[in-house]
Amino acid sequence: MIRDRIASCASDTHLSRRSFLGTSAAIGGGLMLSLSLPYGRSEAASTDGFAPNAFIRIDGDGQVVLTMPYVEMGQGTYTSIPMLIAEELEVSLSQVRLEHAPPNEKLYANPLLGVQATGNSNAMRGAWKPLREAGATARMMLVAAAAKRWGVDANSCRAQDGEVIHQSTGRRLKYGELVSEAAKIPVPQEVPLKSPNDFKLIGMRAKRLDTPAKVNGTALYGIDARPAGVKIATLAQSPVFGGRVERVDDTAAKAVKGVRQIVRLDDAVAVVADHMGAAKKGLAALKIEWDDGQYAKLTTEKIARELEQATLGSGAVAQSIGHADEALASAAIRVEATYQVPFLAHATMEPMNCTVHVRKDRCDIWIGNQAVARVQAMVAKAAGLPVEKVIVHNHLIGGGFGRRLEADGAIRAVEIAKHVDGPVKVVWTREEDIQHDMYRPYWFDRIAAGLDDKGRPIAWKNRFAGSSVIARWLPPAFKDGLDPDSTEGAIDLVYDLPNFHVEFVRVEPPGIPTGFWRSVGPSHNVFVTESFIDELAAAAKQDAVAYRRALLDKSPRAKAVLDLAAEKADWGQALPKGSGRGVSLQFAFGSWLAQVAEVEVSKEGAVRVRRVVCAMDCGTVVNPDTVQAQLQSGIIFGATAALYGEITLKSGRVEQTNFDTYQMLRMNETPSIEIHIVKSTEPPGGMGETGTSAIVPAIANAIFAATGKRLRKMPVDASLLKQA
Amino acid sequence: MSFTIEVNGNPHLVDVDGDTPLLWVLRDVLGMTGTKFGCGIAQCGACTVHIDGIATRSCITSIDSLRKSKITTIEAISNTPAGAKIQKAWLDHEVVQCGYCQSGQIMSASALLASNPHPSSADIDDAMSGNICRCGTYVRIREAINLAAQTNEKRG
Repeated sequence: MIRDRIASCASDTHLSRRSFLGTSAAIGGGLMLSLSLPYGRSEAASTDGFAPNAFIRIDGDGQVVLTMPYVEMGQGTYTSIPMLIAEELEVSLSQVRLEHAPPNEKLYANPLLGVQATGNSNAMRGAWKPLREAGATARMMLVAAAAKRWGVDANSCRAQDGEVIHQSTGRRLKYGELVSEAAKIPVPQEVPLKSPNDFKLIGMRAKRLDTPAKVNGTALYGIDARPAGVKIATLAQSPVFGGRVERVDDTAAKAVKGVRQIVRLDDAVAVVADHMGAAKKGLAALKIEWDDGQYAKLTTEKIARELEQATLGSGAVAQSIGHADEALASAAIRVEATYQVPFLAHATMEPMNCTVHVRKDRCDIWIGNQAVARVQAMVAKAAGLPVEKVIVHNHLIGGGFGRRLEADGAIRAVEIAKHVDGPVKVVWTREEDIQHDMYRPYWFDRIAAGLDDKGRPIAWKNRFAGSSVIARWLPPAFKDGLDPDSTEGAIDLVYDLPNFHVEFVRVEPPGIPTGFWRSVGPSHNVFVTESFIDELAAAAKQDAVAYRRALLDKSPRAKAVLDLAAEKADWGQALPKGSGRGVSLQFAFGSWLAQVAEVEVSKEGAVRVRRVVCAMDCGTVVNPDTVQAQLQSGIIFGATAALYGEITLKSGRVEQTNFDTYQMLRMNETPSIEIHIVKSTEPPGGMGETGTSAIVPAIANAIFAATGKRLRKMPVDASLLKQA
Repeated sequence: MSFTIEVNGNPHLVDVDGDTPLLWVLRDVLGMTGTKFGCGIAQCGACTVHIDGIATRSCITSIDSLRKSKITTIEAISNTPAGAKIQKAWLDHEVVQCGYCQSGQIMSASALLASNPHPSSADIDDAMSGNICRCGTYVRIREAINLAAQTNEKRG
């Protein structure tokens, strides 16, 4: 039954607007409710009476259907977003069924991104007001319809558990009985929302709706798609980005039992087979000679040098307050440093894959993706078909983390499928997945600060260089050399810094593609700013928490989480030799988060994170259990990066291949994690990525506390910590 | 070559090369997609199944090595007492996030609980550290195993 409610587990998202309305009409008399989002508003004034950016439909049987614009990738959005509708509509969560929104940027764009995508920790932030308003509007119309039927004042009626009740007489009508009349009620313009005191669902622990299928093996991810007659392909792409296939000897590959076909592309070769075992065996038997092209000698060191050089020039001014240069010149103490963070792969547990059936007049795509409209548009281009001829069957996502905001895997699959008769599932080996990712950019920061004679910072100057993912992914959002993501966490700091100047220099690395990676811009900026403020505290010979606290008079929410984390983490109490505590404080994705990490450093320099204590103010908590889960998740993701994460290039090739060389944190290395949430009725902040960016500096600062060694380059290098 | 393998109590005749990993026979030949592909080199545990009750990485287990072994996959683990307890604990404790690795996690945890009704923290580390979860559900996996173990009879 629960499974039925998530029809979108492997839903077809090809419902065009017409077929969506058609479905509704076929059910008959359904109330479809529109709401205007900031984007796609023009569509709302369309011709057929139903506004097209519909999120709620109520059927004659009382079933509430939420057309869900956000995708589930583990963050619990299939549970928390329906909670918003159910709360204001006065129905139980079990009465809401999800249908996935079809690809349509105009109707289903995320209000904060302007495109239809799930990312940047903003599904809840984007949905918070509009989806509650949608629920409240529907409730008001249902109440008005009942009042009209009874000939009573709507104010004498109330809604409860999917019914309208006339309070004085006790008469009741179920929502399903009211839909056709409610559809004729004018849409109210003023929609009061519930007071937080009246919330029945928001803030209560709700069981996740997507889990039963995920514990019994029936949940379907993109990689599980099996359209009739599907063949399985795997591939080798040019090991050097931008290289080409020079020669292929496929004699041995073709002789492998189960191999059906070899597809040669300009820069890749695919083996099509009856099953992945045969495809992999065939791939191993291929003899491919590559023309490595212009990046044959590229190394990470070369890229890092170029970035370092770029920080010596000038960049686009992201934020400038006061007179940083003058203040720096007059400072009693001057602190300068450079910081670096590496390229990182996403390594989603579900390797890249996409199933495609290309026909003359239509192309079907089976995939799990964070941005279905983008996939549809890009596949249309690759297949040479009009966009409406591309049918995207979106699936559950076996790890997104930004990787599945991209359409490269779908395009590659289409290129292969064009040569194959019938559907083909293109599954990347883990080696291909790691070596042909779109990587978290390498960033290089040059930062300086000046302290007065009491150690208080009077000047802060930071210039950093790296890739702007936004400039490629959402070009209109990159303006005057800046984008809102690359600078988040580097500007608008919580601290009182009177003379502050930050510049960004966009430098696209040659020969390696970059992409969004969980915690995006803050993944690097928070590491730098929170490590550097720690350096300032050390230079001022002050306690790291007290030093930060003194700069927070204008940031009460930041101060509150810092105090809470410090208290719960026993800040200031002694630890054994070789152990240390480090703190980080972050405002990012609309949430305030303080973390204290406790680490142990062995004589050999091995770092073990033992304990992490967090205090989070993410505004209104919708599903408390999910907030806890996302913090645990983000912390482990970030700790993995801090301790192990590094993608390097040698001879233009990514050196890491699989989990043996691109290491993940495991059960035996997992710290204890304690989470404390500040009660709040402010609008919700983002959750999915906050833990990741904040843990990295907390670990680095803890290592400093334990060893006196400041690590300014991630990941942790044990050789620097080894005791002589 | 043809091989007959027994999966979840049912015999299946498959015609593949003898060195074909069991994982691909399950997923692509038999259409049992609950068992997942993660790495192909026994590093991540997503493909874990039970072979005669032992948690085994199906991505490196060739079909010709199986002979008369009994294979159990996530699709049938609820039929074992330990598997049912683990699945219930996973749901009660809200372990799952993206869920992709969880078939393998549940198979490893079920094998642990079947052989060791009251695992210590070190036992859990030993049994579960071969299973990677990118969503970082480790804290809850450990708690859920402890929860499931509580339903086992106390040690004498």
